[in-house]
Amino acid sequence: MRYAETGFNLEIDLTRGSIERVATDPRLTELHLGGLGTSSKILWDRVPPETDPFSPDNLLIFSTGLLNGTPATGANRTIVSSYSPQTLLMGYSMMGGFWGPELKYAGYDKIIFRGKSPSLVYIWIHNDKVEIRDASHLHGKGAVETAETLRKELKDPNVQVAAIGLAGENRVYLASIEHGRSSASRLGLGAVMGDKGIKAIAVRGTKDINVARPAEFMKLCNEVLQYIKIREEKPVPGVMPILAGLGSPQEMKLVDEEWHTQNFMWGNSRERKRNFWNAEIEEKWRQTQENVRKRLISCYNCPMKCGATISVPGISTYMMKCFSKLTYTMAAYSDLDFGFRIAQRATEYGVDGFSTPQVMAFAVELLEAGILSERDFEGCPTDNEGRFFWLLDRIVRREGIGDVLANGTHWAAEQIGNGAHAYAHNNIKKHEQLPLKLGMLNPVYFLMYCTGEKINITQIEGQFPQSPFPTIEEREDFVKDWIQVPDEKFKQYLMDWEFRGERSNPYYPTVDMSVDIVDWQEMMHYIDDALGMCAGLSSFPLKPPYHIHNYPEFISAALGIDLDEEGLKKIYRRNRNLLRAINVRRGLRRADEKPPENHWKKRFPELEEKLLDAYYKFKGWNRDGIPTKEALHDLDLDYVAEDLLKRGILTDDGESDSTGSSSEAVNQ
Amino acid sequence: MAEKKKKIVKTIKIDVDKCNGCRACEVACSAFHAAPKYSSNNPARSRIRLIRDPLSDVYLPVYAGEEAKAECMGRGKYVIDGKEYSECDFCRSACPSRDIFKEPDSGLPLKCDMCEDNPPNEKPLCVQWCLAEALIYEEREEEVEEPEEQVKAEEVEIGLEAMIDKFGLQKVMDTFSRMSASKKG
Ligand code: SF4
Ligand code: SF4
Ligand code: SF4
Repeated sequence: MRYAETGFNLEIDLTRGSIERVATDPRLTELHLGGLGTSSKILWDRVPPETDPFSPDNLLIFSTGLLNGTPATGANRTIVSSYSPQTLLMGYSMMGGFWGPELKYAGYDKIIFRGKSPSLVYIWIHNDKVEIRDASHLHGKGAVETAETLRKELKDPNVQVAAIGLAGENRVYLASIEHGRSSASRLGLGAVMGDKGIKAIAVRGTKDINVARPAEFMKLCNEVLQYIKIREEKPVPGVMPILAGLGSPQEMKLVDEEWHTQNFMWGNSRERKRNFWNAEIEEKWRQTQENVRKRLISCYNCPMKCGATISVPGISTYMMKCFSKLTYTMAAYSDLDFGFRIAQRATEYGVDGFSTPQVMAFAVELLEAGILSERDFEGCPTDNEGRFFWLLDRIVRREGIGDVLANGTHWAAEQIGNGAHAYAHNNIKKHEQLPLKLGMLNPVYFLMYCTGEKINITQIEGQFPQSPFPTIEEREDFVKDWIQVPDEKFKQYLMDWEFRGERSNPYYPTVDMSVDIVDWQEMMHYIDDALGMCAGLSSFPLKPPYHIHNYPEFISAALGIDLDEEGLKKIYRRNRNLLRAINVRRGLRRADEKPPENHWKKRFPELEEKLLDAYYKFKGWNRDGIPTKEALHDLDLDYVAEDLLKRGILTDDGESDSTGSSSEAVNQ
Repeated sequence: MAEKKKKIVKTIKIDVDKCNGCRACEVACSAFHAAPKYSSNNPARSRIRLIRDPLSDVYLPVYAGEEAKAECMGRGKYVIDGKEYSECDFCRSACPSRDIFKEPDSGLPLKCDMCEDNPPNEKPLCVQWCLAEALIYEEREEEVEEPEEQVKAEEVEIGLEAMIDKFGLQKVMDTFSRMSASKKG
């Protein structure tokens, strides 16, 4: 019997219409755990680096994590991976909700799609019965509407659906995959799903998921639940409300938006409104939120309530989570009511709530700058809100200027020319970032922005406070029950960190400390993404219930093995390096690893070089950010080294051919 | 003559307004009833199920009660707070019309046993796992008139009848004699 996992993947070839149930190799679980780890392995093995994201040879993998379907609180993430049409690198995105555990109960760890269906289809999985079904009646339907239609059609209220909207069908690079209150939004995976002709995947499962050492496992689960209770009663003092508690975060519960509205940028990530928040706005926004919010809701087996059911009078109900409540509002210089209204349409269309508002604000700026003309906006209302609705409609239909904007700001600027690139100013590796512009370089964040393979800061940051605490007493108070640190030295880093003077940003944390801190934060995210754990209970918030000290016990008890911290860290490094190698093979080089030019006002080129050098060296990578033969050998990844050598990406002396981005080449 | 006896009545109060739809109650129940205990997880085996229709804001945790042999002839609808519920949503029975409260492989009916255990649990598992406090455990003392013995005998009879219905008299008798033989031996 296999423990924690089912031991089977579904292989679905959409071109041929074939479905296979394939047993997986248990050794891969020992090497990579599951989720992102084993999905990376499949992409490396099976999709050659020259493959266009819209080629039938590209794979689209829906993966559960190792702990999905076990009683471990919060283990409900589905990890979707493929090659991204926008960055042309590997793209992966996680969604919460109920879908991943349901797939486990149906008896599968992953669904691996290849090929392309000649017409729009949906997949119906009910335990051993798996069908590719016609979806012509769902053509053009909203993602939420699609899920509801299928739940009725399949006559089972417990069916869990992941679906794309119009954006995915039209291969918009901003397209998300929607599932109830959750979505896999980033990096254009909805476009790959649409390209393959899959409108939706409906799953229902009623089988068991086993754990090897039940009493031990349940004890650990109970400890986590107890900790969550205590942690919820004791928010971290001295940090913004959103950072004080657990969750991903609990944006639907919070009404106090002083931090977001005053620290994040408005418009096309342009303007900081330092005195925006006041009692009047707070009251108005509270009313808006409380009027439309029907209920705070959780993902599968988690008490955190990060999402909400939103019912705006006159438009259909949807579910929301996270910061998307404000991204449209702030991009359009509007208010929360507008935010809830446009997010409803955006959710039905299935688009990324981070990138899409920025793309629209970018278009408005280009119009104002005369780079786009009134002709491009023919028929567009002139009021700000109206313009945003109009742009959204054009983008998801790829009509007129919408067709250009549908590829995101980087590619749109490329196509528009005429100086448009200066307006696509908030990207990393061609992907839109959170609208943040700050003063002084933070060395830890510099590294995370540059090197994160997820290309999204919220999926890298988390364990270490974002800024120092003002007083020694506050620091002492913070570190005294900081059990999550992998090593005591991190407490000292925090104790010594000041706002001003020698031990402050950008030179403190020092280069080596910064590398340590980043490695810890990354480690937690990689483990979460392999286990299917929500970052909101682990890698993202301060002082979470899951950490490097109890994870080995969870995994050991679930699988019936004896994994220690060193062993788990090695698996993390293996997964980290494999993902890096996939992207290196796609052309990623040091030159691509930079934050948006204007992310910080004060930049320190020399220090930044040193940070990157040290980070690469720590990882066992060469100057160009490519894993060396020795490092790969230590992680049982000799086959990766061989491939990189064969391709001339690595040479025997460890150096690399640094001639740039083949990801550009792929696109040509 | 019936004797008056004190008995502890265990109740679970369900505050549907507090439910966040997480289904942790299903997780805990199914794990608790796995054999060996906690060795597997499968909400389909849970004796509490969340009746859920998120877009209509219907969240209704329901406990499995007695099995119904046949489905009801007519089924009403309730409208509460503007939300529509079918009568079945409130029903605690495993019933031929639907697949909740049945073991997924055998189809045998499931029934909440208040997590009977030895030593007894402080609170039922579903209550322990519902951090939202939508499920609240209460115990109250009640005076009952029946002698305890009789109750038990009746329960055995009902149980046996259900088995006979399901498997036929012969099969139950065979199993019974086999089991008593092995118990004695
Ligand atoms: S913390 Fe929030 S987002 Fe994460 S699993 Fe729980 S409810 Fe879902
Ligand atoms: S555990 Fe509580 S909050 Fe969660 S579904 Fe069950 S009753 Fe609702
Ligand atoms: S009381 Fe126990 S048996 Fe009954 S539903 Fe809750 S967990 Fe299951």
